[in-house]
Amino acid sequence: MSDQSALLREPWLDFGRQREAGKFGIWVFLASETLFFGALMLTYTVCRIEHPEAFAAAGRETNVWYGTINTAVLLTSSLTMAIAAQASEASAQLRRLVLACLMLTAMLGLAFIVIKGFEYKEDIDKQLVPGAGFALSHPGAQLFYGFYWLVTGVHAIHLSIGIALVSRLFWVLLRRQLPAKDNPEIEVTALYWHLVDIVWIFLYPLIYLPGRAS
Amino acid sequence: MTDALLAGELPLPPRPDYLRHGSTISSWLATTDHKRIAILYAITITFFFFLGGAAITAVRLELFQPNGWLLTSDTYNKLFSFHGIIMVWFFLVPSIPNTLGNFLLPLMIGAPDVAFPRLNLFSWYLTVAAGAFTVYALVAGGVDTGWTFYTPYSSMFSNTHVFAAAAGVFVVGFASIATGVNFIATTHMLRAPGMTWFRLPLFVWAIYATSLIMVLATPVLAISLLLVIAERVLGLPIFDPARGGDPILFQHLFWFYSHPAVYIMVLPAMGVVSEIIPCFARRRIFGYDFMVYAMLAIAGVGFFVWGHHMFVSGQSALASLVFSFLSFIIAVPSAIKVFNWTASLYRGQISFESPMLYALGFVGLFTTGGLSGLFLASIPVDIHVTDTYFVVAHFHYIMVGGSVSAFFAGLHFWWPKVTGKLYPESWAKFAAILMYAGFNMTFLPQFFAGYLGMPRRYHTYPAEFQIYNVMSSAGAAVLAIAYLLPLGYLTWSLFYGGKAAKNPWGATGLEWTTGSPPPPKNFDRQPRVDRGPYDYHAEGMSAGTDPPEMQNARETR
Repeated sequence: MSDQSALLREPWLDFGRQREAGKFGIWVFLASETLFFGALMLTYTVCRIEHPEAFAAAGRETNVWYGTINTAVLLTSSLTMAIAAQASEASAQLRRLVLACLMLTAMLGLAFIVIKGFEYKEDIDKQLVPGAGFALSHPGAQLFYGFYWLVTGVHAIHLSIGIALVSRLFWVLLRRQLPAKDNPEIEVTALYWHLVDIVWIFLYPLIYLPGRAS
Repeated sequence: MTDALLAGELPLPPRPDYLRHGSTISSWLATTDHKRIAILYAITITFFFFLGGAAITAVRLELFQPNGWLLTSDTYNKLFSFHGIIMVWFFLVPSIPNTLGNFLLPLMIGAPDVAFPRLNLFSWYLTVAAGAFTVYALVAGGVDTGWTFYTPYSSMFSNTHVFAAAAGVFVVGFASIATGVNFIATTHMLRAPGMTWFRLPLFVWAIYATSLIMVLATPVLAISLLLVIAERVLGLPIFDPARGGDPILFQHLFWFYSHPAVYIMVLPAMGVVSEIIPCFARRRIFGYDFMVYAMLAIAGVGFFVWGHHMFVSGQSALASLVFSFLSFIIAVPSAIKVFNWTASLYRGQISFESPMLYALGFVGLFTTGGLSGLFLASIPVDIHVTDTYFVVAHFHYIMVGGSVSAFFAGLHFWWPKVTGKLYPESWAKFAAILMYAGFNMTFLPQFFAGYLGMPRRYHTYPAEFQIYNVMSSAGAAVLAIAYLLPLGYLTWSLFYGGKAAKNPWGATGLEWTTGSPPPPKNFDRQPRVDRGPYDYHAEGMSAGTDPPEMQNARETR
């Protein structure tokens, strides 16, 4: 109980209620995020319907290896994040497991960004940035890469925010300012992390698979 | 004290109210008290209101003459764009939700604060930062795209400060989302014992429905502006037809937000009026359940009517037909609300204090605006009046006649609660009537000018329209005085006004059971609710049929 009272915040009188409200609030925010990425994917869909061949040709230019490895990295990070959240709920004895999993999650997130950086480097070398000197001649291929840069950039910003949140959580828990058991911030951060992951699961086929099946 | 003694409880030690709870600058700028944040918002939006008002004053002066006697075309374009951007995103969208809503939502549901108090403060800082971007855009030389940022003009051709203005709107959108999340969670998680969903005051329902739209529509605005920024700054080709892009796509994304945004602006106004009319008619609201369902229907259907802004964009005839049909449909819940407000007056004991005058003004002006909206939902009429002053008059009737009137209604109604002071009632009545008259003088002629073909957003116009523009500009002067008056007498009341009692209007609702101004945590004891809202008379009776001592007892409980 004393642990929980350290986590109680204004205006709540009851810790269980506060926890529930935190989860509820982040779900509402995730609904908002869904519309945010949804609007981007709608833009992609409209452009792809208008230029199917250009999108297939442009999709073939992406590096599917970077994308696939990154997908594996991000899915693994979601696993470690989920373990951290479950362990914090299960028992106060699992504090070290929570900390270890949070650190792993942040490092996997960083690994994703680093791999993405190598991929960006390759894309720039291959002149896949829309504008003068763009490598592909299909009308509409620039649209694909416009979408590619924008959506992977926005996703990377989201992931960076996630890494910052997880690192902060790790740091705060490590210095024992806050107990790990039932800490609502772990669950809330985990839900955000999973959304960023799920968004990537939708982006992977949109970016890397067009034009590769046939 | 006496209430506590009557209830058989020991009196509480005296404690300062929220305004006197701390007086340092940091006790305001770092506060997490929803009531103080509401005051911070009120100061901010008042500043923006008069900034946006100043811009349009210059425009109305210019339009006295058909030949462009005062401003250059470029300056004119920048002024009306700035007016629109400021008034929509920095006044109307945050006006009622972030001031009255922030202040009243926890009080009305019997909570000590909103669910996430620090997020609430963060949202205010975002609004200020966004305002700084927008003011920078003005100071640096302005933006001339209109408030709608239509592509390809905004993305490819305009050489004004589109980036700063769009960034400002982008950031204020996040403030809007944060507020929406906060209000939804507050309504779900912090209602007092006994405050069931169908005992909520309609204002709470209105704020709840508004928050749903804020959370679900604003991210799409963010994307549409992000795409414009990406095209301008990074050269990405999404809206560039030469590289396969589609400028019309921007309109779809933009109006997917901006039509629901109309309901962000008007639903809270409906909530305010639904509180005031029962109070001054001493009458239960007519058809409470239908009022709730109507608001939720407006919030829901509002997402599927955006195409009526695009009847002339070249979208398919089928799409236009569907959007036209749905736009007619959304008039039904709005009409239900107008009928129910009117029916609530029936057999009431109506008195015409200033909040009631503003509220009745709202009903009339909103109805006019709504009915002219049906003209615009009808494709053949819309094609005739697209981009004319008819449209300008229509949406000003909804947003200024509707929302701003209701904002002033709420401001006067809850002023004693917020500040603990009484304002001079005769000045307030005078301002309310002047505002109604000034508004109609300004915008009624625009319906005629628009129907006869005067296009909007033009610096010069054919001389035959001058009569309407002179009427309109003269009305705008009256309206400006009517807006400045409350600034004067409300400020006066802060220093010299009489002290307000707990419940000066004899209104129902939990906010009237606590002190004026309320204590920092709103209630000295956790409120319990055992009745529905608007309990002004026994069910099945009409207003004033109870003996006076029972009415008084009900009012003080």
